[in-house]
Amino acid sequence: MRANLRVIRALGVRSVRQTFRRPQLMAPIIVFPTLLLAVQTGGAAAALDLPGFPPVDSFLQFMLAGAMMQSVLLAGNSGGIALAVDIEMGFTDRLFAAPISRYAIVLGRLMGTAALGAFAGLWFLLIGVIFGAPIEDGVPGALLALVLVVLTSMAMGGIGASIALRTGSASVVQGLFPFVFVILFLSSAFFPQELMVEPAKTIATVNPLSFIAEGVRRPIIGGESAGDVAAALAAIAGIGLIALWLARGALRHRLRTGG
Amino acid sequence: MSRAANRATIAALMTRARNEILRVPGAAIPGVLAPTIFFLGLNGVFGNLIQLRGFNADNYLSFIVPVSMLQGAGFTGAATGVNLARDIEGGWFDRLMASPAPRWVLLAGMALSASARALIPAALVLVVALALGASFPGVLGLLVAALLVMGMAATAAFWGMMLALRYRSQSAAPLMQAGMFLLVLLTPAYAPIALLQGWLHAIATVNPVTKVLDAMRQGFLGGVTWSDTWPGLVAIAALMFVLGAAALRGMNRFSARA
Repeated sequence: MRANLRVIRALGVRSVRQTFRRPQLMAPIIVFPTLLLAVQTGGAAAALDLPGFPPVDSFLQFMLAGAMMQSVLLAGNSGGIALAVDIEMGFTDRLFAAPISRYAIVLGRLMGTAALGAFAGLWFLLIGVIFGAPIEDGVPGALLALVLVVLTSMAMGGIGASIALRTGSASVVQGLFPFVFVILFLSSAFFPQELMVEPAKTIATVNPLSFIAEGVRRPIIGGESAGDVAAALAAIAGIGLIALWLARGALRHRLRTGG
Repeated sequence: MSRAANRATIAALMTRARNEILRVPGAAIPGVLAPTIFFLGLNGVFGNLIQLRGFNADNYLSFIVPVSMLQGAGFTGAATGVNLARDIEGGWFDRLMASPAPRWVLLAGMALSASARALIPAALVLVVALALGASFPGVLGLLVAALLVMGMAATAAFWGMMLALRYRSQSAAPLMQAGMFLLVLLTPAYAPIALLQGWLHAIATVNPVTKVLDAMRQGFLGGVTWSDTWPGLVAIAALMFVLGAAALRGMNRFSARA
């Protein structure tokens, strides 16, 4: 058990270092969501005047949860790409040959993705505070949002890891990059669901990412949060279970066939 | 080298770029699809902004389609820079530099290939937009849009190549993409300039791509006039000239160091 924990820690630290050293992996997690946050906040801030827009301090305050969602989705994708690169280069095969749990190998990668999710969450909370978007529920609210972001990054990282394990191809995982935005735009991450345009509006009502975004947003913009947080946790658990099931199958397939 | 040889070199580089798409279509799909996904996503998310007082369009699809076409051009051009970095890393570019072809011909070949490739994502966005109800810009509006998309792709290619020649690594890819991302979106991309927040309003006012976007947008929102077209053409020509000169300088430095 202790040996497995050491493996998970070592692989998690490696995963984080790898991301910080490679701009290609870091840019989608921090740079692009920050740029999009700035552009959307400046370009669509007038939306606050639309009838039905929820009461918020500023459009930036509303958008913080969306930026965090974008960041964790892309962190999951980047984690998958990095794992696929490890598979292509034979690093994962060497790990499989070592006397350690196979699940520890995947969990190590997920811990790295979780750490990046925490970093991204803190980054955007800090941006909010610096640029005048207060966290209405204070420090407990910020912590709650962070926990949800970290759990989401692990669930999304699980999806990325299982695709990497199944295909073993970095370009295939990278090819999923646009679909991250499909999921994101078809949720209420960037705009109130009631004010979206059909068919995005209807799809957003059943998109699990909408529930997570609302759960993360609620402590930031204030208001009764228990229901939104519970729904977010349920959505994260659902995605996590699917990721677990996919990763288990992919890992077994890789160990059985070697590719 | 004679003019005919220069033309043949440019044609060969363009053929190579085309072959990359034909032989590895999977690699090109994300770049082709991404602008359309952004277009559909932005319309779904921000489509109701047209209800705002002062929004000078009655159809958000028509308002946003030129932005996505320019985004596609920007990313296609930036991909040319990434491909050049890959060729530098792999040593293929050294062989190109050893050829008697003038440096500007090599740059022109790669930039023109980006211009031609940019028409693919632009056409896809346009077809999807028209199918969903965007206004047809007319033949003249379409020609202006195509010309500006090609110019934007060449601008982005020069930018990407300049960075590739400087950093000589595909690690510079995010910088290539982020530069174009900002250049296109720090404009009245989501809403008319009067509705932008103060800081973005100030940047969009001086960003030359605002003129390019205005020139493209006119056909989708109304009629095409020369007075709305020439500032866009001048802006894209100026961007191409400045970034093309910088890329040429980078290439000369690269060969001097090599």
